[in-house]
Amino acid sequence: MSTATNIEPTKSPAALPTAKDDSQRRQKEMIGEHYERLAHAKDEGRKVVYTFVPGNLTELLRSLDLLPVLPEINALQAGMRKLSAGYIAEAEKLGHSEDVCTYVKCDIGMMKSGGVGPTGTKIPEPDLLLLSYTGCFTFMKWFELLKEQYNCPVVMLHVPYQGEGEITPEMRKYVVDQLANEVIPALEKLAGKKLDMRELGRRLALSRQAEDDLVAVWESAKHRPSPIDGYFGGVYYIGPIFSAFRGTEDAVKYYRLLRAEVEDRMSRNEGPMTPDGPSPEEKYRLVVEGPPNWTSFTDFWRMFSREGATVVASTYTRVGGLYDEGFRHDPERPLESLAEYCLGCYTNLSLPARTNLIERYVREYEADGFLINSVKSCNSFSAGQLLILREIEKRTGVPGGFVESDLVDPRYFGKANIENRVQSYLQMLEARKGRVVA
Amino acid sequence: MTAATPSDATPHEPAALDPASSVLDEARALVDDLSLATVRQWKAEHPGALAIGYMPIYVPRPFLEAMGCLPVAVFGGGDQTDIIRGDSYFQSYICHIPRSTLELALSKRLDVLDGMLFPSICDVIRNLGGMWQMLFPDRYSAYVDLPQVFDEERGGRFYAAEIRRIAGDLVRRGARPLEDAPLRAALAVENRRRAALMALDELRRVEPWRVRASEAYVIARAGSVLTTPAHTELVNRFLARVAERVPRAYDNVRVVVRGSFCEQPPLALIRTLEASGCDIVDDDLQLGLRFVEGMFDEDAADPLLELVRGYLRKGVATASRYIADDVKGEALVKRVRACGAEGVIFAAASFCDPALLDQPMLEAALDRASIPHTGLKFAENTGQFQVIREQAGAFSDAVKLWGSAV
Repeated sequence: MSTATNIEPTKSPAALPTAKDDSQRRQKEMIGEHYERLAHAKDEGRKVVYTFVPGNLTELLRSLDLLPVLPEINALQAGMRKLSAGYIAEAEKLGHSEDVCTYVKCDIGMMKSGGVGPTGTKIPEPDLLLLSYTGCFTFMKWFELLKEQYNCPVVMLHVPYQGEGEITPEMRKYVVDQLANEVIPALEKLAGKKLDMRELGRRLALSRQAEDDLVAVWESAKHRPSPIDGYFGGVYYIGPIFSAFRGTEDAVKYYRLLRAEVEDRMSRNEGPMTPDGPSPEEKYRLVVEGPPNWTSFTDFWRMFSREGATVVASTYTRVGGLYDEGFRHDPERPLESLAEYCLGCYTNLSLPARTNLIERYVREYEADGFLINSVKSCNSFSAGQLLILREIEKRTGVPGGFVESDLVDPRYFGKANIENRVQSYLQMLEARKGRVVA
Repeated sequence: MTAATPSDATPHEPAALDPASSVLDEARALVDDLSLATVRQWKAEHPGALAIGYMPIYVPRPFLEAMGCLPVAVFGGGDQTDIIRGDSYFQSYICHIPRSTLELALSKRLDVLDGMLFPSICDVIRNLGGMWQMLFPDRYSAYVDLPQVFDEERGGRFYAAEIRRIAGDLVRRGARPLEDAPLRAALAVENRRRAALMALDELRRVEPWRVRASEAYVIARAGSVLTTPAHTELVNRFLARVAERVPRAYDNVRVVVRGSFCEQPPLALIRTLEASGCDIVDDDLQLGLRFVEGMFDEDAADPLLELVRGYLRKGVATASRYIADDVKGEALVKRVRACGAEGVIFAAASFCDPALLDQPMLEAALDRASIPHTGLKFAENTGQFQVIREQAGAFSDAVKLWGSAV
């Protein structure tokens, strides 16, 4: 397996070239192909369903030949391609508050600007809005807003929150009943055919294979040096499985490729790929909580990678499925396991459960530090993070760091300020190491 | 020009002559008492009984009362609380109510409560519930997941299970079991309160000069710390007293206020709107007490199902409730028409995702119906009202002169 250091120039001539490994390039191709498929969906008579990453039901949609569109992915892609500022401005001109989620405003602005997606192709209008209300209150408002714009049905899947830190039989039944009696009939009506449960089972089995490989990738970070960056690199790794590809052969192939690539690096004691090529040295091992900033993603990554800081585990990469806690899609229990998937996404966990998970990551991945990137847009993540920070420090003795930015609003990414904070934090870790050694 | 109508200059007679002043003072004292002395007194009079706090907007209070508990509505610290520790738990872009609520708890002013309930209205209140579990592990707290699917078979069954789960927890802490007869009695008592509040709301609509919104607000909010019968008595006593008020001329614009269902504006802000020439004939302040529109069937064979149905079928359209098949904003337009309002003022708490995400849809509905509107933001401890006064005054002037805010 190649671990070649492929340097690709980014679109901005002023930007530094960015290194990518094979899996990153393949992931990019897959996402591009999906947008291409979407661009021709209407011409080919294919139906399109908008839904969200946490609690997505991709296997179900694919089993009925429906194409998923994930507005968060559109928004973050727009952020990475420097398109989001204009879209947000457009939405704010229309009366959307500066206080609210910028994913929503980016999506509204993109729609009002002609619905051209981040790769330059047209995003088809939805034939149905599948409101998987999982772990984020804003999702509900988001699709109410889209419902105003599109003349299409909306199907609500209310996924209860794990307020008490567990999935109860009543929760599971509630979700399964909705799937069986509301969601599937609505999707069948749209698709014009009945759901073939064998096909659903086949796709869930494919999901399971990909999930096994993804978990192996996450757990490779326990090795020293970690062959992956589980946050900045990790967002590439989750691309296929969190978006339109779970339950596909493409995803299985991708995760096999990725796992082999990572295991190859691990066997040679190599660190992760960074924007500047393979990481030369692992000086600090970090656990990170919170989504990344997308508008200055590479700059943000370099603040860590150039200092030898590798993220060994992150919570953001679990928003679309918490597979390293043992969950797998199960073809023998199709609806129950879809329900458990939805119920188990990271942002659907209670704050104490989130804290316990982070504590486990800090201990099992032998982290030197724990850092929160608190994004203004996302109260689901952000409210309570300062308590998590204190609690993790108290329980593990590992020092916490805290920076603030936003998802896709570049106005909230203060590069100098964030860089100062990150550097100070890493210097503190360095000084602490010296003390510990002494 | 609007700000100085005769009625605004002297809202009512001097306190000594106002027949309602003593009731208002009594209610205001209850609202202002963040030490929850009334709750302490109730607990002293009911040894072993539980006082259960809950965050906005809505929890089904009758089941708590049927179990012998006192439900206590917690609305944060308002503009009376210095935030010393609460701010250190929240980033600057989080709304204000969680930080002042935490301040009250950390300063032991909520110690009288035996438990706290956190209904599913937004991610912040949801996560505050998790913080409560971590900060106060010895105290009972629970998340109340209100369904967003409104059929009885699915949403109803899940919701009933939620109520039974919490009821079971409370029984283990000493509350009486949840049984049909006391639950029917609690529904009946709640109906009496609903009737009293509806009479209060109707009076505001018909004779806004007789009851100002700021007064109705204080009277309604006093119920936060009272048993339902005690609150009903207070509302009815107020209604009897204001009936004695002398009619007076007024020349205000009739407005509806929307957006303040959770974090409450300071009373001075409501008075500022009134002083700017607005008669607030309807609002969503203290929405929890009005969340279920209409009455419960007191004789229902299954009173728990009746409580559940109240939420499913008669729940008010608000930002935390999914609007499935209805047109977004239609309920607001109907409300505006029903109470003869001439405009709407959106007053949302800063950083309140539900209210602020809802607002463009509600504005669009108002635009379609040619109903003028304006919007402002506040925090519960907002202390500067001049800008708000000018904005509301300009709005009421525009509506009065041209029938439009433009």
